[in-house]
Amino acid sequence: MNTAEQHSPQEPIIEVDGLVAYYGSRKILDDVSFDVHGGEIMVIMGGSGSGKSTLLRHLLALNRAVSGSIRVFGRDMGDVSSRELHRLRQRMGVSFQNGALFNSLNVEDNVIFPLREHTLLDDNTMRIMARMKLEVVNMAGFEKLMPAQLSGGMSKRTALARAIVMDPNLLFFDEPSAGLDPVVSADLDELILRLRDAMEVSIVVVTHELDSAFRIADRILVLDKGKVLVIGSVDDVRNSDNERVQNLLNRRSEDVVVDPDEYMHRLTDELTGL
Amino acid sequence: MVRPVIEKVGIGAVQAIEEAGYQFSLFVESLYWLIVGPFLQQPVRLRIIVSEMMKIGVLAIPIVVLLSFSNGVILALQGIATLKDFDAESQVIPGIAYSVTREFGVLIAGIVVAGRSGSAIAARIGSMQMSQEVDALRVMGIEPVRFLVAPILVSMLIMMPILTLFADTAAMIGGGLYSGIVLSLSLTTVLDRSFDVLVLYDVMQGIYKSLVFGLLIALVACSNGFSVTGGAEGLGRATTRSVVMSIAMIVVADMVFTYFLTR
Ligand SMILES: Nc1ncnc2c1ncn2[C@@H]1O[C@H](COP(=O)(O)OP(=O)(O)O)[C@@H](O)[C@H]1O
Ligand SMILES: [Mg+2]
Repeated sequence: MNTAEQHSPQEPIIEVDGLVAYYGSRKILDDVSFDVHGGEIMVIMGGSGSGKSTLLRHLLALNRAVSGSIRVFGRDMGDVSSRELHRLRQRMGVSFQNGALFNSLNVEDNVIFPLREHTLLDDNTMRIMARMKLEVVNMAGFEKLMPAQLSGGMSKRTALARAIVMDPNLLFFDEPSAGLDPVVSADLDELILRLRDAMEVSIVVVTHELDSAFRIADRILVLDKGKVLVIGSVDDVRNSDNERVQNLLNRRSEDVVVDPDEYMHRLTDELTGL
Repeated sequence: MVRPVIEKVGIGAVQAIEEAGYQFSLFVESLYWLIVGPFLQQPVRLRIIVSEMMKIGVLAIPIVVLLSFSNGVILALQGIATLKDFDAESQVIPGIAYSVTREFGVLIAGIVVAGRSGSAIAARIGSMQMSQEVDALRVMGIEPVRFLVAPILVSMLIMMPILTLFADTAAMIGGGLYSGIVLSLSLTTVLDRSFDVLVLYDVMQGIYKSLVFGLLIALVACSNGFSVTGGAEGLGRATTRSVVMSIAMIVVADMVFTYFLTR
């Protein structure tokens, strides 16, 4: 019944094993495996289009894997019942890439929203709880603003407040620094670190920003074209002798070696297919 | 030359069947949440149903009444002009009563709701889909079908019959008023002639249809909203498609239903 009790603290919070994912016939993730431990900040890093958001969608059971397994809180997300998924999701918080705030609700009501749906607290209590979280993310005083009136950084902070309002054990954050100026982005990183220290929470952050990744990560997973290049501590990744990792770190664009046969094939493939 | 055409038709047919299947699954899931939701502490919220009823139904009353009233007058104009040749002008009143209750009242209500709410619902759900609000709902453990679709479905099924009754009444007033003045009939004569012929079945025929129309509009609008892809342009396309498709389905469904109900 209670998944929290079945889950021993030594076990990883997330275990991904041999995950393969497609969009249509395009393979997006290829044999991805990694763990996330209790209380750690795991950063999934990679260039844009490398499959980071897709991986996140699989961890959230928004997409179904073709093969491989994903266990979250010890439960196999592939064959979890919808009632159990419902319960598991109440222990997770997610901040999507652009915040995904409900446009018809103001800042405060956005943060209250999960409480309204999942608790029977009275209105004032919910309001106080929401304001506490808004305080944490430095959004106090902006309760009555609508999402359309917020800057990018404010949207992300509000989304973060909404993600933590149920005090989750697992927090996901897609591209916290994308589209923000460096100062605001550094503030947000600071906030993520503070959250981890204040709450008993594991955090998975998806980002393509190196600086941000190195600032917050306990461990980093580098994803490239759907494959895991390296998993390890910040130093492990910095010192990795993998050429592609070094290219990524030095922001060097890749000189892709072109195989003439494959190149011809790519050009003519669609045509002969008809 | 022929093969691509056949292929296109084939692909189109498969997509249409897939879409119909998806709409049916939205219907079944909505029913599930309406019945089972309360026991799982995940009820379909009354507050949302009421607000949908306001948007879909109450705010549509003025335009439905205006169109139906005009439609009643048009029927009287045409009826009197045609029946004059047979010296049967006075038959215009039962004629209007029949055609309005069985056909035009519900058709006007359906087309107005399809135009107003069909587009608004598709646009609202579509923009939520695009900005990942639908995903946000899902990961919060809030099923989008329970939260978004079921309330719309319920309010459609409540408001369409009510709007139809408004439309029937307005059209009969329009038609009766005009015929009464032109043919110099007293109010009681007009009322007598209307209600003499009208039986409950005539009114119910419109009500049955209104339920079917409401169901179609809700499912078409929601499914178009959820399947939005490709930015603002995709959103516009889904919105237009939702209106065109629901009006088309209403008219075809009307024909089919009328065929069976009048036999
Ligand atoms: N819904 C989708 N349908 C088809 N392809 C998609 C979809 N979402 C993403 N993709 C493709 O999958 C690849 C990985 O995307 P994504 O996971 O969003 O990358 P990232 O978040 O690392 O930038 C990209 O090439 C993208 O075009
Ligand atoms: Mg992404």
